[in-house]
Amino acid sequence: MAKTVVLDRKPLSFSERTYLPQIANGLKTTFSNMFKPKVTLQYPEEKPKIPQNYRGVPTLVKDPNGREKCVSCQLCEFVCPPKAIRITPGGVPEGEDDREHVEKAPEEFEINMLRCIYCGYCQEVCPEEAIFLQDEYSSSGYSREEMINNKAKLYELGGTLPDQHYKWDKKKKAEGQGNSH
Amino acid sequence: MFDYELIQLILIKVIFAFLMVGAIMTMAGYSVLAERKVSAWMQGRVGPNRTVLPFVGHIPVVGSLLKGLGIFQPLADGLKFLFKEEIVPGHVNKFYYYLAPIVALVPALTTMTVLPFGEFVNAEGVTIPLILADLDIGILFVLAVSSLGVYGIVLAGWSSNSKYPFLGGIRSSAQMISYELAMGLSLLPVFLWVSEPGSTVSSLSLVEIVRSQQGSTWLLIIQPISALIFLIALFAETNRLPFDMPESETDLVGGFHTEYGSFKFGIFFVAEYAHIVIGSAIFTLLFLGGWNFLPWLDNPWGADWMGALIGTGWFIIKTISLIFFFIWVRWTLPRFRYDQVMDLGWTKLLPLALANLIFYIFVVTWLDQSNLNLP
Ligand code: SF4
Ligand code: SF4
Repeated sequence: MAKTVVLDRKPLSFSERTYLPQIANGLKTTFSNMFKPKVTLQYPEEKPKIPQNYRGVPTLVKDPNGREKCVSCQLCEFVCPPKAIRITPGGVPEGEDDREHVEKAPEEFEINMLRCIYCGYCQEVCPEEAIFLQDEYSSSGYSREEMINNKAKLYELGGTLPDQHYKWDKKKKAEGQGNSH
Repeated sequence: MFDYELIQLILIKVIFAFLMVGAIMTMAGYSVLAERKVSAWMQGRVGPNRTVLPFVGHIPVVGSLLKGLGIFQPLADGLKFLFKEEIVPGHVNKFYYYLAPIVALVPALTTMTVLPFGEFVNAEGVTIPLILADLDIGILFVLAVSSLGVYGIVLAGWSSNSKYPFLGGIRSSAQMISYELAMGLSLLPVFLWVSEPGSTVSSLSLVEIVRSQQGSTWLLIIQPISALIFLIALFAETNRLPFDMPESETDLVGGFHTEYGSFKFGIFFVAEYAHIVIGSAIFTLLFLGGWNFLPWLDNPWGADWMGALIGTGWFIIKTISLIFFFIWVRWTLPRFRYDQVMDLGWTKLLPLALANLIFYIFVVTWLDQSNLNLP
């Protein structure tokens, strides 16, 4: 068992008992603090630096070729704990040459930001790396409807992220060789 | 039928009074701003820097500077208090509830009548102090009236009919009574000193005490202990940290004004800061030489009205520095516990003030005897 050593507390000296030297010391500290640089961020004009891997508003992204990556598999809709995502699946419009070989695309994609809890499950579950929680952190609106991000808004927020696979390029090449699957 | 001179005199006094109320209230308003700014600077923040008047904000350099200093913030704060909804809780005693803020503000404004802020020599060579009423018992009047301010707090605490304001009111009255004693006792040696036989002045008037410090040392240097006790008691009387018992946000929600809102709260707020302004002014008059320049130096300015203006400015600068000191202490020290406040008041300050008084009685007696060559 550890031994407890009780230290004798030194009795306070007279000057310590008057508090006055300590008060003077404290006053010195606060005074010098007045001239130190300020830490305030003037918020709407200055924005904080967002660290990497920050989980902000969920967004849809395109690959560097400008194709939408989501194939409306609806996995994110299924996994989303508060059921914030609502997807209307659809096909790729006829005649869009470089996208025709993609089976599906979302016709409408809505994320209700009043329900979203920023858990990031949608990003984790997406097989196409199409949905990301990025650095946008402030979403506000005057009505409930305004707080639902539709597909256009989601792509606008998401932008383009680098891609490692270019899956659809590979797929098109394979198709050209008569081996689409 | 009409005595025109009398009417003229009254008119001048009334104008003077309005000017003075305006000046003190403005200073109180800007002390609130100073409090916010200084606390912000001490905590590494920038403080209020958004409020701006239309047009003024667009003046190139000055506008943004004023905006950054938050010069217009007190205006916005005052208007906010004015336009907020008046809420009177159902369980209060209406009459006293409305009376309390008035009772808190009136003494603060009354003490300013005996507050001199300069003097000048007119064409006939008569020295005229700039003061509303040059009472012979100036300091007694101040002590008597300013301690009436506690009634506002007690009434607010009692009429609110709820426990936190009540506790705040009780604490406040106990604290006021304890520190009043030490305050009065700390002033006795000061007046003993200036009223010794053989000296020119012998009065409790605030003007005389400033004159006694003209060209000689400040009383702060002669009587540091009296000044210290008076300053501590002043902190307690104005309910400033480390003695802000009636408010003590952490244990009493808002203290005595918990049930107050909108303009009635604003009046309490202004009264508190008016007390600080007047307390600082009185400390300056008593211990820091009032409108006199520096210790041992003659005033570098003349005695005409120009000199009087400069002297008044100098007096205001001293007062403002003291207000800054009040704010500075507030953002440095933590609050005393209630029993510690009582302990400090009764067992430390009061005996110290008594010992100080007795010591100076001996000193003054000894000086007198050697002056008058008594056996
Ligand atoms: S975002 Fe990903 S998980 Fe959601 S539907 Fe599109 S492809 Fe599927
Ligand atoms: S972050 Fe979570 S809550 Fe928000 S949309 Fe994605 S899965 Fe749903």
